[in-house]
Amino acid sequence: MDEKDLELLRILEDNSRLSADEIATMTKLTSAEVEVRIHALEDAGVIRKYTTVINWEMAGNSEVASIIELKVSPERDFGYDRIAERLSRFRQVKTLRLMTGTYDLQLLVTGKNMQEVSRFVSEHVAPMDRIRETATHIIMKSYKENGNVLFEQQEAERLPYSF
Amino acid sequence: MRNFISERANSIPPSGIRKFFDLALTMEDVISLGVGEPDFRTPWNICESSIYSIEQGVTSYTPNKGLPALRETLSSHLKQQYNLHYNSDDEIIITSGVSEALDIAIRAIVDPGDEVLIAQPSYVSYAPCVTLAGGLPVPVECTEADNFKLNPDTLQEKITRKTKGLMINFPNNPTGAVMNRKDLEAIADIIIDNDLLLITDEVYAELTYDGRHVAAGTVSDLWERTITLNGFSKAYAMTGWRVGYLCAPKDLCEAALKIHQYVMLCAPVMGQIGALEAIRSAEEDKNTMVNEYRLRRNMFVSGLNRVGLPTHVPEGAFYAFPSVKGTGLSDTEFAERLLKEQRVAVVPGSVFGVGGDYHLRCAYAVSRKQLTEALGRIETFLNGL
Repeated sequence: MDEKDLELLRILEDNSRLSADEIATMTKLTSAEVEVRIHALEDAGVIRKYTTVINWEMAGNSEVASIIELKVSPERDFGYDRIAERLSRFRQVKTLRLMTGTYDLQLLVTGKNMQEVSRFVSEHVAPMDRIRETATHIIMKSYKENGNVLFEQQEAERLPYSF
Repeated sequence: MRNFISERANSIPPSGIRKFFDLALTMEDVISLGVGEPDFRTPWNICESSIYSIEQGVTSYTPNKGLPALRETLSSHLKQQYNLHYNSDDEIIITSGVSEALDIAIRAIVDPGDEVLIAQPSYVSYAPCVTLAGGLPVPVECTEADNFKLNPDTLQEKITRKTKGLMINFPNNPTGAVMNRKDLEAIADIIIDNDLLLITDEVYAELTYDGRHVAAGTVSDLWERTITLNGFSKAYAMTGWRVGYLCAPKDLCEAALKIHQYVMLCAPVMGQIGALEAIRSAEEDKNTMVNEYRLRRNMFVSGLNRVGLPTHVPEGAFYAFPSVKGTGLSDTEFAERLLKEQRVAVVPGSVFGVGGDYHLRCAYAVSRKQLTEALGRIETFLNGL
């Protein structure tokens, strides 16, 4: 991992659809070098996936997302890892993190509607061994996701020229 | 009625290409590479701290030299960033942009009849500022063959008994040229031997892409005869905030301060608060912007060379300066036709003085998407010639 790799990662994180040629002219590498480096980063698991940021609300999707906080009794020898790994297998769990503070695990769960989310929590998550308490918060509106602003920003007026 | 306009005001040329750019305003779907300012917004923490200070009622004059906290922070920032040593008490003035700093610096040193050498191509205001101060601007050409650096021999040739100072700007607007330590050492001897003063506008210092910026004031014994100008506009995307600064040894600084206190009093306080926050916490934002400019530069300059406009690699600022010599058109003709036929606005190089003709200034401070589109249009234009 060198400075050029980091540069490639920053470029791809911003826009993963750029061609190797386009990236090559920006980074002063050849496009073959770009390809070799990207393959190596994929093979090493540094690049996990190429994805798209979508404003689902604009796409007319009424999916419900909620943040679920869990208080968990850790296991001897494994801590939170085993239960976290188990929870992460559920398709509905989009994000899962261990937190400091008043609760332990934080889940981002999505579902078609409220019923689906609440059924998932009450039937699958809450009854699990070692989960002591759950708190579910519905996301009402998302303004920014992973560094991407989702609301319309007014473009500032620029002069057509200046010296 | 008499003609009230002073001879001095009459003697400075109006911008010859204004009409041509006003045309760009009336056209639809124009890609403008004519704007010498970042396309980023000011980092939000800077805006926020300024807004908060207004809410707190911080809306009064500041000391003439600027807020003490800003001068102190700036003093250590300059030390850390460029190894440039200026005392915050009596060697730094916060100004309303570098434009004001330039004006008071020149007025502090120029007497009627003094000649001031200006390394050109250069930003358009240097020569008129010298003229307004009663001095005589003398261009020194930086040629493409020298990668638009200031050549010591050319400099030497232009020096007369009346030469008082030299005005330089590296990284350069419009060429993107950079002077490294060796380049500066070569001109330092001439400056010192001829007992000249150096005014160095380093507003693009943070936008240096290959290696680190060398402040002229840190080269050999130049410090005692150097006025350093810099500001926040380019590095922190703060053009509209109008905050710059002038640094110089005490005597020079005091002379400039007298002018500053009469004509400006102080830089706007909200701008100064924003500038303070910029140094304190916008380093990361600045680096992100600089990285993006570097990518755009690489992409755009290789694109210009590919479509047939020879372009040297600019090591700083955010301008590419392609040559149009091979097209048979003058820079002005090229720029006018490119705007009318392909709706891409660029600035003809001759606007920037000697050495600029047959070149175009293209600011790559627009999105990569727009740059790609602009390259396509330039290629179409060239194919139609």
